[in-house]
Amino acid sequence: MDLFEYQGKQYFAQFGIPVSPGGEADTVDEAVAQAEKIGYPVVVKAQVRVGGRGKAGGIKLANNADEVREHAGNILGMDIKGHVVRRVWIELSSDIAKEYYVSFTLDRPNKVYLGMLSAEGGVEIEEVAVTNPDAIIKLAIDPTVGLDLATATKWVADANLDEEAREQAAALIVQLYTCYVDGDCDLAEINPLILTTDGIVRALDAKVTLDSNAAYRHPEWEAWSGTDTEDPREAMAKEKGLTYIGLTGDVGIIANGAGLAMSTLDVVNQVGGEAANFLDIGGGANADVMTAALEVINADPAVKSIFVNIFGGITRVDEVAKGVIEALKRVDLKSPIVLRLDGTNAEEGRALLVDHLNENLVAEPTMLDAARTAVALANGR
Amino acid sequence: MSIFVDENTKVIVQGLTGGQGRFHGVRNRDYGTKVVGGVSPKKAGTDVEGIPVFASVADAVTETGATASFVVVPPAGATAAILEAAEAGIEFIVCITEGIPAHDEAKCFNTLKKHFPNTRLLGPNCPGIISPGKCNIGITSGDIALPGGPVGIVSRSGTLTYQALHELTQAGIGQTTCVGIGGDPVPGTNFIDCLEAFEADPETKAVMMIGEIGGSEEERAAEYIKAHMTKPVVSYVAGVTAPPGKKMGHAGAIISGSQGTAQAKMEALSAAGVSVCLNPTEAGSKMVEIVKGL
Repeated sequence: MDLFEYQGKQYFAQFGIPVSPGGEADTVDEAVAQAEKIGYPVVVKAQVRVGGRGKAGGIKLANNADEVREHAGNILGMDIKGHVVRRVWIELSSDIAKEYYVSFTLDRPNKVYLGMLSAEGGVEIEEVAVTNPDAIIKLAIDPTVGLDLATATKWVADANLDEEAREQAAALIVQLYTCYVDGDCDLAEINPLILTTDGIVRALDAKVTLDSNAAYRHPEWEAWSGTDTEDPREAMAKEKGLTYIGLTGDVGIIANGAGLAMSTLDVVNQVGGEAANFLDIGGGANADVMTAALEVINADPAVKSIFVNIFGGITRVDEVAKGVIEALKRVDLKSPIVLRLDGTNAEEGRALLVDHLNENLVAEPTMLDAARTAVALANGR
Repeated sequence: MSIFVDENTKVIVQGLTGGQGRFHGVRNRDYGTKVVGGVSPKKAGTDVEGIPVFASVADAVTETGATASFVVVPPAGATAAILEAAEAGIEFIVCITEGIPAHDEAKCFNTLKKHFPNTRLLGPNCPGIISPGKCNIGITSGDIALPGGPVGIVSRSGTLTYQALHELTQAGIGQTTCVGIGGDPVPGTNFIDCLEAFEADPETKAVMMIGEIGGSEEERAAEYIKAHMTKPVVSYVAGVTAPPGKKMGHAGAIISGSQGTAQAKMEALSAAGVSVCLNPTEAGSKMVEIVKGL
C-alpha cells in the first residue's frame, strides 16, 4: 500500500523523524483553518500518489489566508497525470539551504537491504542517478545486523553531506531505517531531505510503501485503508478480500494464482480480446471466495463475458465449482461464463457442474480454447 | 535421477495437524512420498492418518531421521518454523506459506545463509517440489506429473507450474523434477540454483523455465544460461499484457519503471539462446519438439 505524503509524514513522526508542522485539508475552508493554526508562510501541497506534483502546479507557497484560499481552490480537484486531488497538505514553509536524498528498500538480487544516500537530492534525483551515479552512495545492510549510528555517521560523510548537517542526518537516517524495518515498509524514501538556512535537518517529503503482508501486526494502518484506491471496482474487490486490478477490456477474468491470472490476460490478448480486469482468488479459495469474485466481475458494466481459469493446487476445483453454482443462485449474472478447470479434485469439480452447463455456462478443455470462446462471447459470438 | 529430492527423502510436515497441513501432508504421503512425521507442539503423541506427530522438529528428526521438511504454518509463525527446522539439521525446507512479511523473509534468508549454509529453503509462497513417481513435497497435484524425465521444470508461479506439468504430461513427456520457486521478493532458492542442478543432473535433458514480470531474476538466469548451460531451455514469461506500476498479486510481480517488463526478460532470454514462447501451451509444444529431436 502506497501512502500519501501526509500519511507518510505522520508515520515518520511515529518513529521520531523530524517533519515540518502541518495538517491535512479536504476543503478550502479547512486549508485556511490549518494555515491559521500553523502560521505563515505555508506550502499548499496536492496529495496524489504520483511524482511531478510541483511541475504540474500542485505545490504552492502562500503568505496569507487569501493566498491559501486561492491555491487550495486551484489545487483541490486538479487532475495530475490522471490522479484527481481530493486532499491537500498544508505545512509550514521551510527556508531550504540544501536538498539531500535518502531511501531504504530491498535489494532483491542480493537479498539484503539497500540504503541510498545523496548530497544531490531534489526533483532531479532520477537524472542524477543516470548522469552522475557516483553521487548516490549505496549501502548494503545485512537484515540480521541492521544499521547503527556509527555506520550512518560514516555514510553521511562518504556521501559528502554538509558538515553542519551530518550529525542530525545520521540520527535521522537511523530513525528512517527503524521505520523501514519495524514499520514494515517496502520503501521508505525522503526526497528531499533538507538542511534549512538555520541549520535544521528534516524530511520535506515522504514516500512510503507499506508491506500489506505485515498488516496483521500493524492495527494502526487500519486508518489508512480505503484511501489507497480510486477505482470503485477495486474498492469493492478489496472489501471482499480479493486481489483485483481494473483494466479496460470486456472479458472479465477470474484465475487462481498471480502467475496464471497474468497468463490468462496474455492469452486473452493473443486471441484478439482484452481483459476487463486482473483477479487472483489466491490459494485455497473456497466457494464463498468464488461467489465474491463473480459478484465483483458482475458489477463491472464493461464485462461482456467471464473467463474462469482455475488450475487447482492448494485450491480445490470442487470448491470452485460449488462457488460457481452458488453464485448462479445468489447473483443475477449478466454475462456468460466460460470455465476451464484442472488440477486438484478437477474431476469432482467437473462432475458437480455437468448438470448446470448451458449456453451461459460453458466448459472448455484447455486455457487456449476457453480464451477463444470467452473472446467470441464478448464479441457477441 | 532428480534434483533436490528423490524416493529416499524422508519428510516431516510442520503444521500437519492444521487443515491445509493435513490435506496436503496426507496427499503427499499417498503419492508415495516418505512422510515420516508431523510437528505440532500441542498434539505430540497423536497421529494424522497414521503419520506420527512430534512436539518439535528436533524430536521428529531424532525419531525418524528426516532430512526434509514441509512447512505449512500461517505467516506469523512461518519463519520461526523454518529456522527451527534448520536448527534441527533439516537440509531441505519447503515453505508454501503465502503472505509472510518481506522483512521476516529477508531476516530468515540471511540467517540461513550465515548460520545454516547447508540448508536449502524452497519458497516461501511456492507450490513445492515434485520428482514424479518418487517424492512430492507441497501442494502440487501429483496426478498431473509424469515420471521418467527427461524435462526439468523451474517456475516462479504456482499455478503456472501446474500448467507447465500438465502441458508436458498431456503430450506424454515426463519430468525429472519440477521446482516451484515462488513469487515472493526473497526466494530461498532461485532460478540459477535450479538451472545449475538440472545442468548437473544426467537424466535431465532439457529445461522449461517459467518466469513472470518484476525483479531481475529472469535476466540473471539468462546470463547464467548463456555462460553455463549446455542443455536446451524453453521459457515463458507471464505478464506481457500487465500494466506498469500495478502489483499483480505476488509481491514480486510488479513492473517499476522500465525494469522488470516481460518484454525485457524475453529479450534477455532469447539473446541467451533460450526458446521463448508466448503462452504456456506454445511452450509445451516447443518442448515436445525439442524432446523428440534429442
